[in-house]
Amino acid sequence: MAHSNHRRNFMATTLQSVGLAALGGLLWSGYTDSVKASPLVLRPPGALQEKDFLTACIKCGLCAEACVNRDTNIDRDTGKQRKGTLMMAKGGDDALIGTPYFIPLEVPCYMCEEIPCVPVCPSGALDMSSLLNEKKELDINKSKMGLAVVHKESCIAFWGIQCDACYRACPLLDVAITLEYQKNDRTGKHAFLLPVVQDSACTGCGLCEQACVTEEPAIFILPNDIAKGKAGDHYVKGWDAKDQERVGTAKSQTTTTEISKKDADDYLNMEVEY
Amino acid sequence: MNNIKYLLLRRTTQIGILFLYFAANAYGWNILAGTFGTSYLFNTIPLADPYTTLQVLATGFVLGTDVLLGAAIITTFYFVVGGRAFCAWVCPINMVTDLANWMRRKLNLDQEEVNYRFLKRSARYWIMILGLIVSAFVGVAAFEVFSPITIMQRGIIFGFGMGAAVVLAIFLFDLFGVKNGWCGHVCPLGAAYSIIGAKSLIRVKHDHEACIACMDCKMICPESQVLHMVNKSSISVTDGECTNCGRCVDVCNDDALGFSIRSLGSSVIKTEKQAKS
Repeated sequence: MAHSNHRRNFMATTLQSVGLAALGGLLWSGYTDSVKASPLVLRPPGALQEKDFLTACIKCGLCAEACVNRDTNIDRDTGKQRKGTLMMAKGGDDALIGTPYFIPLEVPCYMCEEIPCVPVCPSGALDMSSLLNEKKELDINKSKMGLAVVHKESCIAFWGIQCDACYRACPLLDVAITLEYQKNDRTGKHAFLLPVVQDSACTGCGLCEQACVTEEPAIFILPNDIAKGKAGDHYVKGWDAKDQERVGTAKSQTTTTEISKKDADDYLNMEVEY
Repeated sequence: MNNIKYLLLRRTTQIGILFLYFAANAYGWNILAGTFGTSYLFNTIPLADPYTTLQVLATGFVLGTDVLLGAAIITTFYFVVGGRAFCAWVCPINMVTDLANWMRRKLNLDQEEVNYRFLKRSARYWIMILGLIVSAFVGVAAFEVFSPITIMQRGIIFGFGMGAAVVLAIFLFDLFGVKNGWCGHVCPLGAAYSIIGAKSLIRVKHDHEACIACMDCKMICPESQVLHMVNKSSISVTDGECTNCGRCVDVCNDDALGFSIRSLGSSVIKTEKQAKS
């Protein structure tokens, strides 16, 4: 009798432990999954894709320390050390706690030539190989931290007012931001000097965002995933010999779509269903 | 009269290490830079927390060799020498939970021991394993998402923000909730170091002949179950959950407890004796 009681207790305790572990695991997973979602955060140069970066970053802070302690980080006027670009996310910040990120409007990335923040990364979350140029040297211009986006309604250059603050601030002058000249029909004798961001060159450093003169910046950095669209594989630039090659390598794909039995008139006269 | 030799030594070590980490960021010193996740000693020797490393590996990410080497160095050190000494001599949360424990005694919150059925000391080992499973499942080092240890450490180096709430929560939990609740029941990092350091050389040794059974050591010990031999037999504390904090040595007025090096042959001799008898 005592023996069977013991066994019953053991079964109950085991069941309870398994149940509590499952409960804890679910809560823990749910919490972790929700706090890792921070799609608007900007990462240091050479960072892996956000999903892989979150996996790989060991939260050591060596990149942020290298950033703030670099030799060049001295205020020319006061001779004192400035705030670093990279911050380690604290509780309450919009980034996974303990991971490095930056806010261009506060301190943009100055794109140091020697890139102090990347080689110190011990885990591989900041990938040096992504920043190597043709000569296999570290090249900050290869970095893709984000992409500058112009909101033309608040950009005063689009109003016709002469401003090229972002164009001048860009470390890749006349490459990452170019000026497009357009006739100003309103006055008939002036020109628009419109800033245009070149996706292929823009590193997302944010110097333009910091330089922008409007109350809220009219040019700002967004993470690549957010800023970019995607045309998909089935649109080809036929006039571009290189892009046209994709047609040659394309595999034929047969898809069948069921033909609608409705009358064409019905479609034209039908209102949109909400 | 209470002796505080080891307490002072510990606080000096803890604060000293934290200051070196702080200075690496604030003044660009290269003595000890980084955080527990990964740090570099003199800019060359990598050190990495074994449990954090395991969590990242559990996500499937192939970590850089420096992190793996650093984790191996730390594991070897505590495995051979230190035991669970990280918890008492390095971890900043130890200062928080020690303060909570001290206040518990001052506020007489220890008068009635409540038996918390749902929080056993073995819970930490399950939490440790669960942390690895959740890491693999979600794809992020799961304990690092709220670890008060690294939050407090980064807080000291880079600034706290809302992270201070987590540290305060641990303090309140230990003060008003479960005695030694965090370090002795929940912390998966402590669980990992308990396992790593179970066979280490530095051990507290008990002298049964000198003991007058005042039980001050058991009162002060954050893992009192490891002192089961007190007033019973003259053996070393061999349980990996002992943090080598030395508080028992401090409070003992009869020289019945002291640090010693584990004698590697002792268990063999003992079994021989048992075999003869």
